[in-house]
Amino acid sequence: MAELNANIPEGELTDKWTKLRSSMPLVNPANKRSIEIIVVGSGLAGASAAATLAEMGYKVKCFCFQDSPRRAHSIAAQGGINAAKNYQNDGDSTYRLFYDTIKGGDYRAREANVHRLAEVSANIIDQCVAQGVPLAREYGGLLDNRSFGGTQVQRTFYAAGQTGQQLLLGAYSALERQVGMGKVEMFTRHEMLEVVVVDGKARGIIARNLLTGELERHSGHAVLLCTGGYGNVFYLSTNAMGSNVTAAWKAHKKGAFFGNPCYTQIHPTCIPVSGDHQSKLTLMSESLRNDGRIWVPKKKDDQRKASEIPEDERDYYLERRYPAFGNLVPRDVASRAAKERCDAGYGVGKSKLAVYLDFKANTERYGRIEASVQNIHNPDKETCMRLGREVIKEKYGNLFDMYAQITGEDPYELPMRIYPAVHYTMGGLWVDYNLMTTVPGLYSLGEANFSDHGANRLGASALMQGLADGYFVIPYTIGAYLSKELATKPIPQDHPAFVEAEASARGIIDKFFAIKGTKTVDHFHKKLGKIMWEKCGMARNAKGLTEAIAEIQQLRKDFWSDVRVPGEANEFNPELEKAGRVADFIELGELMCIDALNRNESCGGHFREEYQTEEGEAMRDDENYAYVAAWEFKEGVKFELHKEELKFENIKVAQRSYK
Amino acid sequence: MSTGNMNLTLKIWRQKNTKAKGGLVDYKLSDISPDMSFLEMFDVLNEELISKGDEPVVFDHDCREGICGACSMFINGRPHGPKEGITTCQLHMRSFKDGDTIVVEPWRAKAFPVVKDLTVDRSAFDRVIAAGGFISVNTGNAQDANNLPIPKVQADSAFEAAACIGCGACVATCKNASAMLFVSAKVSQLAQLPQGQPERYRRVQTMVAQMDAEGFGNCTNTGACEAECPKGISLENIARMNRDYLSAKFVSEEDI
Repeated sequence: MAELNANIPEGELTDKWTKLRSSMPLVNPANKRSIEIIVVGSGLAGASAAATLAEMGYKVKCFCFQDSPRRAHSIAAQGGINAAKNYQNDGDSTYRLFYDTIKGGDYRAREANVHRLAEVSANIIDQCVAQGVPLAREYGGLLDNRSFGGTQVQRTFYAAGQTGQQLLLGAYSALERQVGMGKVEMFTRHEMLEVVVVDGKARGIIARNLLTGELERHSGHAVLLCTGGYGNVFYLSTNAMGSNVTAAWKAHKKGAFFGNPCYTQIHPTCIPVSGDHQSKLTLMSESLRNDGRIWVPKKKDDQRKASEIPEDERDYYLERRYPAFGNLVPRDVASRAAKERCDAGYGVGKSKLAVYLDFKANTERYGRIEASVQNIHNPDKETCMRLGREVIKEKYGNLFDMYAQITGEDPYELPMRIYPAVHYTMGGLWVDYNLMTTVPGLYSLGEANFSDHGANRLGASALMQGLADGYFVIPYTIGAYLSKELATKPIPQDHPAFVEAEASARGIIDKFFAIKGTKTVDHFHKKLGKIMWEKCGMARNAKGLTEAIAEIQQLRKDFWSDVRVPGEANEFNPELEKAGRVADFIELGELMCIDALNRNESCGGHFREEYQTEEGEAMRDDENYAYVAAWEFKEGVKFELHKEELKFENIKVAQRSYK
Repeated sequence: MSTGNMNLTLKIWRQKNTKAKGGLVDYKLSDISPDMSFLEMFDVLNEELISKGDEPVVFDHDCREGICGACSMFINGRPHGPKEGITTCQLHMRSFKDGDTIVVEPWRAKAFPVVKDLTVDRSAFDRVIAAGGFISVNTGNAQDANNLPIPKVQADSAFEAAACIGCGACVATCKNASAMLFVSAKVSQLAQLPQGQPERYRRVQTMVAQMDAEGFGNCTNTGACEAECPKGISLENIARMNRDYLSAKFVSEEDI
């Protein structure tokens, strides 16, 4: 099997990317026109990559399962996008963004990748503004910033609470421009079911036309998987209903290693579960923590309403435990702290699995500032609250509305009730510095790869990474591979590898219909989710993980003998789509537990109860686990571990502290 | 599996495919919780149908938080149901009463053919965007973002137009099946920004031409689109687009 070589360029950290970019082999414009690239996924990474590669002259085919590329799940990102612009003059720099990201990831990310990400972050903002993305501005006409967790500078650019939407629509516009020019062929309502590997290189995909059920063969000189994360393995998550691991998992089964599958981000501020019928969870952006304060009552099982609990009987536990960062600690830290309070019996609401996120203090503060702006002297409290509410509404209006819709409560009057939920997966396909997986010609971008966030992603960094990969990294790095492919003629679609891949995809579909079982796909998905959340969620231990592995293996057997898939193969059949995705989630779930069990340390989002400090903080084991766990798929759903050692040459590895 | 106490009668449009003839089919549901979202109520129905050996109802949905624009149900004669300012996925059963009969149909417009049951084909919207809903700037070497100050009021107004989620409720509710609100939101977003000026008049013409080619109807200013838009996109955008469309006729060819 392929050797695990991260292909990190030689030289000083700050020069690696610049030097590589200027020495990268190029493909001349005439040759580009005969080279075909397949892009799977149309979110921030996929749309930006497809648009940019087409602008450069490559022939691009782009696929998404949604009815339009504009609906990819990046659209739902709320809070913002980081960039080391230092517009606020508060001491930000490329190095500081690099440092914050490595530290935030609990020293489990690759230095060189993260530094490159910080370097290109500023270009992303420039590019998006040039496209007409309406980011938030101040009265002077310049761009505004807000604070996000895990950092002490204000470097987050935003568009109200719908930054992802605006950035994605920017990338979507760029993509549609290329579609209009005939340089990108767009395939909506198509799902990739197989990667086609010819003589060891990725040469195409098998995609199912979701409307007709037809299996299609598509060939290319390279394949880019920009297919997002796998949070839906937990059934309940903040991911969209259709978000899935299938493309990445099929690639994994064709030889692409899977990196750090157990690193899952549990986001601290989501709307709590309300009942068994729940189909998904809704995030309340981290940016709210910038302007809100998190607390629980000091008294256990306090039955009073939030408004009746006086100030000195409230426990602002994040501010108490982490005075330096307070409410702005990274997500993993904030989530665990919420769990700790609730487990100890201080939770609020009906389920007692929630904490308060309160905006009162900041509403009044904003109101006071706004009163000064409007020349109102000595404003009374009521005026301040009224004006402050307008400011808050402008900043977070859509989030407050969303909260009110779901809970039936008015968050302008009452503090929000929030609880952690699965939100993002740092793990993903292992890629080298060029974003290539262990299968030559097969790349992975955005959340689908494992690359930049280590064991915990900082807020507002997902949008940054998706666009960095698509706009500024892959357009350069893919040239190195394609420049050697000039002699490769268009790939014949009757090659045995295509025939075999198509037969394999068809075989799985036929198998589903042959089972004729008694249980729905969702029945199995919910069972898997429950195992994962209880035994491989916010806190894990060896006993639970061992049990989970056995339970998932049993679940896989049950699924393949008792699932019921209605309808037919050759029609629009969403239940069939779900069945394929859940089958892959079940295999992935087992690997996540295996990875979590292998990693005998706590780091970032991976918290093993056996490995914690006296104060309950994550305790890393740098001597034995400062590596990326890259898993190879083996026949019979077995996995073999490969290690990529992480070297920290520019940052002193330390116990992460936000106190 | 449900824990609530609402009993409902659903009349749902079932249609095997684009060519097949469709019709309303009655379904009874019991024990629905008022805390469920409307789509979660559909999940319950589909689980029941599958268990009984029937075919589940096909409908578009994805993010289930009101931003992807996929969900598209015409509920009791209104797109996205009885409440204003939300999408179907944000509608909760507490907006209905025990014993209610609810009629659920797909978007209906010539340019949005029914694909199956409640799912329609909205690819016409993508083609309208591909015809000109962009600023022609390739990746790389954009100037520093703050070199171009944009007055806050103007930026905010552009943002409000950009908030469109492309769901098509405006088309579904319009008696002419006009897409003017959708098209004008993009035209107006870009026309209000300095970056959008060079292609301003060209853009409005190519997008309107594509809109017409797709078979959308014309606007007769009833304002139903604005009233039903889940994102509150304003009718002012249509006025702005009409102004630009008219102005484009007076701009010399070289400037377009």
